Amino acid sequence: MEKLLNEISHEGLSGYSVPEIDVPHENIEKYIHKEALRSSEPELPQVSEPELRRHFTRLSHRNYSLTTHFYPLGSCTMKYNPPVNDKLSQLPGFADLHPYQDEESLQGLLELLYGLERSLCEITGMDAFTLQPAAGAHGEFTGLLIIHAYFKAKGEARTKIIVPDSAHGTNPASAALAGFEIIPVKSKADGCLDLELIEKTLNKDIAAIMLTVPNTLGVFEKEILKISEIAHKNGSLLYYDGANLNAILGNARPGDFGFDIMHVNPHKTFSTPHGGGGPGSGPVGVKKHLEEFLPVPKIEKKEFGYKLHYNIPKSIGRVRSFFGNVPVLIKAYAYILALGAEGLRNVSEQAVLNANYLLSILKKELPAPAGDRCMHEFVLSAKPCAEKGVRALDIAKRLLDYGYYAPTIYFPLIVEEAMMVEPTETESKDELDKFASVFAKILKEAADNPATVKNTPTTTPVSRLNEVEAARKPILKWADAPK
Amino acid sequence: MNYIPLTEKENKEMLKSIGIKDASELFSVIPSSSRIPALKLPKGMSEQRLVSTLEAMAKKNASLKDYACFRGAGIYDHFIPALVEEIVNRSEFSTAYTPYQPEASQGTLQAIFEYQSLICELTGMDVSNASLYDGSSAMAEAALLAVRATSRKKILVSSASHPEYRQVLRTYLQGTDIEVVEISSKNGFTSLDDARHKLGNDTAAVILQSPNFFGTIEELSSFRALSREYGALLALSVNPISLGALKSPGEIGADIAFGEGQPLGNHTGAGGVTFGFLSVKKELSWKIPGRIVGQTVDSNGRRGFVLTLQSREQHIRRERATSNICTNAALNALAGCVYLAGWGKNGIKNLALANFAKSRYAYERIIRIPGFSPAFEGQQFFNEFAVKTTKDISHLNKKLFAEKIIGPLALSGFYPEMADCALFCVTENRTKSEIDKMAEILERA
Repeated sequence: MEKLLNEISHEGLSGYSVPEIDVPHENIEKYIHKEALRSSEPELPQVSEPELRRHFTRLSHRNYSLTTHFYPLGSCTMKYNPPVNDKLSQLPGFADLHPYQDEESLQGLLELLYGLERSLCEITGMDAFTLQPAAGAHGEFTGLLIIHAYFKAKGEARTKIIVPDSAHGTNPASAALAGFEIIPVKSKADGCLDLELIEKTLNKDIAAIMLTVPNTLGVFEKEILKISEIAHKNGSLLYYDGANLNAILGNARPGDFGFDIMHVNPHKTFSTPHGGGGPGSGPVGVKKHLEEFLPVPKIEKKEFGYKLHYNIPKSIGRVRSFFGNVPVLIKAYAYILALGAEGLRNVSEQAVLNANYLLSILKKELPAPAGDRCMHEFVLSAKPCAEKGVRALDIAKRLLDYGYYAPTIYFPLIVEEAMMVEPTETESKDELDKFASVFAKILKEAADNPATVKNTPTTTPVSRLNEVEAARKPILKWADAPK
Repeated sequence: MNYIPLTEKENKEMLKSIGIKDASELFSVIPSSSRIPALKLPKGMSEQRLVSTLEAMAKKNASLKDYACFRGAGIYDHFIPALVEEIVNRSEFSTAYTPYQPEASQGTLQAIFEYQSLICELTGMDVSNASLYDGSSAMAEAALLAVRATSRKKILVSSASHPEYRQVLRTYLQGTDIEVVEISSKNGFTSLDDARHKLGNDTAAVILQSPNFFGTIEELSSFRALSREYGALLALSVNPISLGALKSPGEIGADIAFGEGQPLGNHTGAGGVTFGFLSVKKELSWKIPGRIVGQTVDSNGRRGFVLTLQSREQHIRRERATSNICTNAALNALAGCVYLAGWGKNGIKNLALANFAKSRYAYERIIRIPGFSPAFEGQQFFNEFAVKTTKDISHLNKKLFAEKIIGPLALSGFYPEMADCALFCVTENRTKSEIDKMAEILERA
């Protein structure tokens, strides 16, 4: 157990040195009403720098991460994060800028952001991008506000969004936040849409269909061109959730399928580190007919350099302060520049090959409800094990014991005991083989002696945690803990 | 470069296992009419060329490492102790995903739990979430939280709060029937009279910022009393470092505290990546947006940490979730955690006082320059203040820039009626000689 900061606190210690005050000392009470001042200091822990460094370093050792473990977390595209990109984003000429500096003193940054916008247009087949959204879900929300603004400008009151039941939870949540009603549609066993059902569901209230392609079962939506045709015939728009863009990178483009609007996840497709829960970023791309609704400001290239353009009357406004998650965008651009056209295409080819290879082995162990082929990821069902008492959750925990992060489990919701595996292109064949053999070993354990799988994990810093208790009696800060 | 660790030989073996001849077969499901032969992008680069390419772009920007910054307005140039950077650059933290498997993510989870504890201590509130994107989205989330909690549909927000936050607030709410009404400001303060005039039994929350956009410390207790009278929540946007000296939102009696976390150990970075913090009174804990970490025990009775109160969230409740947030800003919040932990109880107070002393010195120095005067009567401020001048502000800033100084923000951009006002920020990072040099340039200009 690593103690908490308040447990290693000693009265009078501090980690950092207070800067010299080289101006006259002033009594703050002389200038600020007593009523506005704190009556006592905040009870922050008092820890020396050596102790702090050890504390946080030890904490870091209690994490599985991409640099220490294979992370086959489906839908999250946990690919290698090149350190050079981190380093570049931390150059003083990027990391230490003030957002309200004059444009003339930010030309290098604007040049980079503009270059990224243009590259994303080429990669996705869209006409324009905004880099402002701060995460994938934030991008979805931005996209939905654009859809809202588009129909408002057309004078059409379209209030509903079709979201398949195989979609990520962020899709319906983002649509609801933007004020839309959600029409969930049942997808087929492989997560693909039922064309007839979509045709029946479409009417003049439907503003858009949100799709993830390939879908969350790792299957490419075969009817995509037909769906695009009937959606547009109905006057509806087509939204592309970029969570699975890694599967088609450089080989095909959402814009060419007929999508009107989309977001990308640089922290998935473009290798920027996920940070244990952010920062991400969620650039949104649109076709020409939606460009005037993008957030402000827009970066424009002029003869004399780059300008920020604010006066866009139909814009939805700002979705984040300042420019967006700049360091993430720098890393994404560095990745795109390093790989180039051919490298980006290799990404999807290798990611799909790796996933299919792993599927070709693991489908012998557990049913794969979407079939023998997949794109960049696949879903297995641990239902046969669950029937004998070992659930997907147990298999996931046992994988931790063998030094693997677990696949995404219980998602997508349409597969019972789902285990969603995404190896990405940056894992070696040796690693895939090892993972497959460990997976098979665990299933054998489950058959022979379920307890060895159920009472897991055993090698992690803590054993299985009681999540029910955590929600029933919430302890959300150290002061809440029983003495 | 492509970072792919596979050889052609291995790929052939894999194809054989799959039972196909060529990898292109795997893409045959994509309609051939929408396959592309190649992207129209340049060839890839070596790492060496990549570095020189981006370094060249970075050099075209004026870095605060070379320029003394007197500009704030939401993003502040504070000193970042080396330990903060060392910890957040540890790849065990930076390359992990959201902690879905808690047993393999105790490092991230405990650090977030500590972050939540520190934010609660600093803001004087009961429950903090794991972070939001930034200060502006935190304002929008605070408004949505208040609407959920009160079932009312009107938000009052001070016109002295950050203009970009208000823009984001309006953007967020444009698809809803929630009404946003601005409270006017006078002499650098939010007008209590105007708030009284606009408040009603339909008001979900009154949102104020203190110190506000002009740097003024608001008189908050009267707003607390007023909002209570109408059953509206009080949501306060605060500068976290100012709380080393100023009364916390909890002490004031606010229901929601939020703000921009950048001052806590994060680079100015052209305004991002940063993080937003949000903390609330206990009664609101199930209404809060985003991730929350809770303490629990493992099967052997040992302490451990998990994501909790998850039935609020999008992956469980889909369209009925308290927000759509998935990825937020965990690594930036970690920087905030290491920063606050290192300053500690006395350190944060001394840091706040250093900011106050230096800005006070700069203020006294500047208002004595002919052509400069206080923008407001009796303004009480922390590390930012507005000054009125008869000189042309953009001319002043050009002069300052030529001498490697990023000067004050001209308020005319956001407040056209304040065309003769400039907003100065002075953090602990500024030295007396930098302040004196700046003042001398103002004198000469």
